[in-house]
Amino acid sequence: MRKVAIYGKGGIGKSTTTQNTVAGLVELGRKVMVVGCDPKADSTRLLLGGLAQKSVLDTLREEGEDVELDDIRKQGYGGTWCVESGGPEPGVGCAGRGIITSINMLESLGAYEESEELDYAFYDVLGDVVCGGFAMPIRDGKAQEIYIVVSGEMMAMYAANNISKGIMKFAQSGDVRLGGLICNSRAVDNEQEMIEEFAKKLGTQMIYFVPRHNDVQRAEINRKTVIEWKPEVTQADAYRGLARAIDENKNFVVPTPLEIEELEQLLMNYGLMEAA
Amino acid sequence: MATTTKKKLVQWEPADIKTELLEKYPPKVARKRAKQIMINEALQKETPSLTANVRTIPGIITMRGCTYAGCKGVIMGPTRDIVNITHGPIGCGFYSWLTRRNQTEAGPDGENYMPYCFSTDMQEQDIIFGGEKKLAAAIQEAYDLYHPKSIAVFATCPVGLIGDDIHTVTANMKEKLGDCNVYAFSCEGYKGVSQSAGHHIANNQVFRHIVGENDTEKPGKYKINLLGEYNIGGDGFEIDRIFKKCGITCISTFSGNSTYDQFASAHTADLNAVMCHRSINYVADMMETRYGIPWIKVNFIGARSTARSLRKIAEYFGEQELIDQVEEVITEEMPEVEAALAVITPRTEGKTAMMFVGGSRAHHYQDLFAELGMKTISAGYEFAHQDDYEGRQVLPNIKLDADSRNIEEIEVEPDETRFKPRKSDKEMKALEKAGYRFKEYDGLAPDMDKGTLIIDDLNQYEAEKLVELMKPDIFCAGIKEKYSIQKLGVPMKQLHSYDSGGPYAGFQGAINFYREIDRLVNSRVWGYMKAPWQENPQLSASYNWE
Repeated sequence: MRKVAIYGKGGIGKSTTTQNTVAGLVELGRKVMVVGCDPKADSTRLLLGGLAQKSVLDTLREEGEDVELDDIRKQGYGGTWCVESGGPEPGVGCAGRGIITSINMLESLGAYEESEELDYAFYDVLGDVVCGGFAMPIRDGKAQEIYIVVSGEMMAMYAANNISKGIMKFAQSGDVRLGGLICNSRAVDNEQEMIEEFAKKLGTQMIYFVPRHNDVQRAEINRKTVIEWKPEVTQADAYRGLARAIDENKNFVVPTPLEIEELEQLLMNYGLMEAA
Repeated sequence: MATTTKKKLVQWEPADIKTELLEKYPPKVARKRAKQIMINEALQKETPSLTANVRTIPGIITMRGCTYAGCKGVIMGPTRDIVNITHGPIGCGFYSWLTRRNQTEAGPDGENYMPYCFSTDMQEQDIIFGGEKKLAAAIQEAYDLYHPKSIAVFATCPVGLIGDDIHTVTANMKEKLGDCNVYAFSCEGYKGVSQSAGHHIANNQVFRHIVGENDTEKPGKYKINLLGEYNIGGDGFEIDRIFKKCGITCISTFSGNSTYDQFASAHTADLNAVMCHRSINYVADMMETRYGIPWIKVNFIGARSTARSLRKIAEYFGEQELIDQVEEVITEEMPEVEAALAVITPRTEGKTAMMFVGGSRAHHYQDLFAELGMKTISAGYEFAHQDDYEGRQVLPNIKLDADSRNIEEIEVEPDETRFKPRKSDKEMKALEKAGYRFKEYDGLAPDMDKGTLIIDDLNQYEAEKLVELMKPDIFCAGIKEKYSIQKLGVPMKQLHSYDSGGPYAGFQGAINFYREIDRLVNSRVWGYMKAPWQENPQLSASYNWE
């Protein structure tokens, strides 16, 4: 089983990209489990067709210790297992601690056992690596490969660089590696070239360039992945391409994060090219 | 053994001892610790400055406690009719339950919550989802069970980390309950560099939420508050006995054997007498600004110090009746003290003591040892600030570091209706001219001999080293140090909790202390520390190649 974590700046499209990619992997015949690590519990909506999933933490709170695997995971599109870690309301408690608890719970209930015959476990993780809890999937070998969703916007790249720092730290004590950057296009100037260059500087690759298309939004309104909603559209092929790239990926590295000056220089070089 | 090259102990200068204490440290640690070890010059002006109230270097086994301990354990713990709820996992509440030996007299109403331990007992689920609802439920439950006048909530470390808004919860519960004053203390253990931060936080909230709540004038003459006395081992009972005998009315004690109502009416007193300067000077200052109550430093540890403090209080009120009564009490009490000293002093005279405790005790107890003819060769505080060592005149020079800034400083203004100067300007000037000192504390250094060692935030390693080098006849500190010191063959007296003894304050307390110290320093048991076979092995052997 390959254990994959998807990180990236808030709002960059991690959940959308993850679920659409998982749909692509399903078409390739892969058995996948998606673990949403976001207190909002909206990481599996497209796979479940909008079904509200009862989170691990809510279940744990209501059922006490007597929790079964079937209480906390639901089958979604193409037989994927969907789990939402869940967490507190905004502004209270400790969401990070919640993620640690729910991943431990999944493990102890045997969600990762060989008998489950999983090919992939995907962790869809909220925002930046903000605290120990959100770093949980890349610690202790919970996830071995990380993909960072990024765009050509300054803050997205800044976040990607920061996440790389987290990966570098944990790579030294474990076997977690960066598998590449997924460019979820915002259609900024020279985006593809800039992210390719950025990836090179990080010591990794831009594994795929996902073009911007309104079909993603349309599918979301229908509570479906693009592949499920309209398998024939071009955007569905884009996600198929990304799924294949991940499935075939052999390029795993310990990233070399950039200094801030270096990052800004990169933006300047590519952002100003058009204007000049 | 190769001791011939080493100096004999009697030849050791304090500087040698300091060097020896620092020798094992890495250079950076040694440099920092050197600033916290001072060879006393006795004369204030020459005394080099000591660094205090700074972070303990990680890895050092400090004697210090945490901010929660300072707030809940020290200041708020001794008040019997406030329900103290520890908001957090159960350990903090459990281990601060009845461990300070602060005693109380339940009084006619019998309202006494000190034997209980109240905690929200947070579980992992509460950490994840926040503990505010559980806290509100705990307050409600305590109220339904006991209908106390007041409920206090104390934050532990995890509460600060997850950001439970305890102040809003308590404010809402106060409004909901109507006849119960509910408030909270953000005294997470990690705040500040020692328990001192907890004292400050407690002072602030007591002043903000309780002092001034009850304007009813209490009957009695010569009304004072006794601040910074915690009734350990019944100290407060002995001081109360003496006050009563003198005709002094103690409106409130902060906080030994106290009640909520004492705090609430503290502003009706005419003088604040401060025992432990470190833990309570904040509230003394704030009461002076808001209500016009002056404060003086007193010390009821030591019979002669007690007499001195009583005279100081009488002099403030300036009425012959009180002055005479105080003299009469002293004349009545002292013979028994002198008689005890006459018997004991020949056995204690010339012996040496070390004490590392508190923010005042390491100073106050030197008076008792001095009465026994014993010399304090080294002393220091766990959590005091520079002014407790060198006197309040250094206050303007103390640099506020980030750790201190982290603790709230309340801005206080005179109360529009209740501010009332207790003495006219002229009267105050006249007292000051006659040598009377308000708002003054000279600290520990001037009272210690030249060449003694003053050490701030002593630790396990240095304590053992000091005992080994200077071989005191008695060592005083807290429970953590108790047995490691006694294993070195030196009697150890706890000056936090008094082991199982006390009271040691006032006249009767002094006699108790003399007897206790006599018992400890003259016990022959310390001579039997080595097993017979360690000193005279019955068998001896050597290797055949020797």
